[in-house]
Amino acid sequence: MTDTILGGPVPELADRFTPRRPRTGTRLDTLEILEAEAIHIIREVVAEFERPVLLFSGGKDSVVVLHLAAKAFFPGRVPFPVLHVDTGHNFPEVLAFRDETVARLGVRLEVARVQDYIDDGRLHERSDGTRNPLQTLPLLDAITAGKHDAVFGGARRDEDKARAKERIISLRDEFGQWDPRNQRPELWSLYNGRHTPGQHVRAFPISNWTELDVWRYLEREQIPLPPLYFAHEREVYARDGMWRATGEFSPPRAGESVERRVVRYRTVGDMSCTGAVESDAADLHSIVAEIARSTLTERGATRADDRISEAAMEDRKKDGYF
Amino acid sequence: MVDLASSPVNGRDTPLDADATRHVPSVHGDASLFRFATAGSVDDGKSTLVGRLLHDSKAILADQLEQVARTSAERGFAHGGGLDFALLTDGLRAEREQGITIDVAYRYFSTGNRSFILADCPGHVQYTRNMVTGATTADAVVVLIDGRKGVLEQTRRHLAVIALLRVPHVIVAVNKIDLLGYEQDAFERVRAQVQTVTADLGIEDLHVLPVSALEGDNIVGRSEHTPWYEGPALLELLEALPGQDELESALDDFRLPVQLVLRPQGGLSPDVTPDEADALRDFRASAGRIASGTVRVGDPVEIFPSGIRTTVSAIAVAGQPVSQATVPQSVSLQLADDVDAARGAVIAAAGTLPTARHEIDAELFQLDARTLTTGSRVLVKHGTATVQAFIAQIDSRYDLDTLAHEPAEALEANDIGRVRLRLAAEIPLEPYSANRAGGSFLVIHPSDGATLAAGIMRD
Repeated sequence: MTDTILGGPVPELADRFTPRRPRTGTRLDTLEILEAEAIHIIREVVAEFERPVLLFSGGKDSVVVLHLAAKAFFPGRVPFPVLHVDTGHNFPEVLAFRDETVARLGVRLEVARVQDYIDDGRLHERSDGTRNPLQTLPLLDAITAGKHDAVFGGARRDEDKARAKERIISLRDEFGQWDPRNQRPELWSLYNGRHTPGQHVRAFPISNWTELDVWRYLEREQIPLPPLYFAHEREVYARDGMWRATGEFSPPRAGESVERRVVRYRTVGDMSCTGAVESDAADLHSIVAEIARSTLTERGATRADDRISEAAMEDRKKDGYF
Repeated sequence: MVDLASSPVNGRDTPLDADATRHVPSVHGDASLFRFATAGSVDDGKSTLVGRLLHDSKAILADQLEQVARTSAERGFAHGGGLDFALLTDGLRAEREQGITIDVAYRYFSTGNRSFILADCPGHVQYTRNMVTGATTADAVVVLIDGRKGVLEQTRRHLAVIALLRVPHVIVAVNKIDLLGYEQDAFERVRAQVQTVTADLGIEDLHVLPVSALEGDNIVGRSEHTPWYEGPALLELLEALPGQDELESALDDFRLPVQLVLRPQGGLSPDVTPDEADALRDFRASAGRIASGTVRVGDPVEIFPSGIRTTVSAIAVAGQPVSQATVPQSVSLQLADDVDAARGAVIAAAGTLPTARHEIDAELFQLDARTLTTGSRVLVKHGTATVQAFIAQIDSRYDLDTLAHEPAEALEANDIGRVRLRLAAEIPLEPYSANRAGGSFLVIHPSDGATLAAGIMRD
């Protein structure tokens, strides 16, 4: 494979994605194979489903899926909208990034708000203050209201033991439930997305990517990210073995002392359950090096909700969570 | 073994002590990708092997190890340094509670110059279904045998499935060699049994090695307990074997099953400048993932089903123009003439189109609990085409114990059988032995959409 840019029949299709490293041999590397697999999955879903939607939080994994979709359909635009389930406890810089990104790519944004459900009593605030588990109902309602028969997500199998067992195209019943004991076998690269009315599928194009693959790809493609992924100084306090940001939704309790530290986020979720790590990695290259050396998983290091039990993710997924 | 003092404290990423040998994965992402599956029978120690492989290649991180150590201690697990490695792979609540593995689990690790995707196929329930699932995408399969028991019925069944699905490399790990006193004679006896079976099955690329998953012998490095064994350790072997894309790819005939046509009527990408937009008004390209071979700009191609010939005028990989592309890249092709090449079509190197068929002789791997009989109406999905079909005839059922074909009226769950399928529309199937992607298909239930069987076209 060479990266010769042709001057021939379509000069207008210039190279607009970041130039790749020059290739030496004919062998494709891991990122090229994973990219090809993801684009294949995204195109299969768009070809076989009526109304796909992408769950987009502004987090790095959904950013990568949106970038892959933009490449899959170039020079057309991304042919489906994105959906954000807003817990009401988001980092403001992530919401700003979300809005910039959808404007830049020309995709439509749908927002399902947990706060609306709390305001009218359909959901109740939990005693621990975290709103992560509360996202399921607004998500399912938004899927129904949008008549979405396929929902793209940025979940990866290396994130969690339950996710390690989920199919790339994963069937959900009328209640949005995942039945881990009754999954379709996934053979060759032939995806079976057939479903009956009321059912939908979740599609995970980057199932086979690891956290490090995602960061290496972000670096190779120079994809923009919310600033809080990079090292910055922030007011934090220690809780549950993590650094938590101070803020409206996550104030320190009595006895928790606030200090300024240089931190960054490895995952970006609800402010009430996402922790930061101490790091001086201020650019993608340094982050890749840091993740390659890391001895903790991203969820173990930064997610309070997944520390509750061995089966925390499985239980949420069975109920229709991402 | 587990230093709880190195557990996460205040989000600080404390390095494990004595961790100098940890593989640091490549930061460039330029490692090759290798997919393999593991299979074994009940209690042969497969979870231990997988856990050992992940642990010794330093793919288990401190918080995962801490969780395993905590649960192992709660259950009074005493072996292998107090770590029940099965807890690493048994991801579902029901699996941990019952101590069994239910479904194929995918694991990821890397050794610097190679990234691995491991499909861990359990041997307890639905083992044929799990083996088929793991084998269809694998570059290699590691079959585990308890060295004290030798080749069991389930081992033969696994090897038969692997042979039929033509997994490129077969590795048989003779486990529990420690319990055999690390004796060469004991290992050779099992190896001879394995070779008899694989010779009958026509398996060519075979590697047999003595291991102890519990003790770590010949897993990551060669064991001093087996000086008589001169071959590679398991991980060394996995690092050295050529992957699927290196084996087939470039030399085969070019095939592109078309997924969809890119026609930016819904609007151009915001990255397109106004100057470019005019030229792109009539843009049209057939998008898909190359199933085999290589394509270059200017190549003559032929389109299924129309048979029309044209040439490739431009190629893009992930939106970026290139002069050539190869399996397994996702591409879009612009063709010199305005011809129909939409979903379900196949673009092939001119003169190489496989014969279009209404009727196919196939090997079916029945995966669903429902029975398939003569006359069963199904859907067949091949490449990007789905067509109606019915089972015209069931020729035989493969007896995995005797490796003989017996007359059969129906196929039940986990059966492998020879059938003739009649199709409502022609599809360009070709023998699986010639081309894995071109010769494989799904059999789908027409109303509830379940995947009933995996199918491959016979020679």
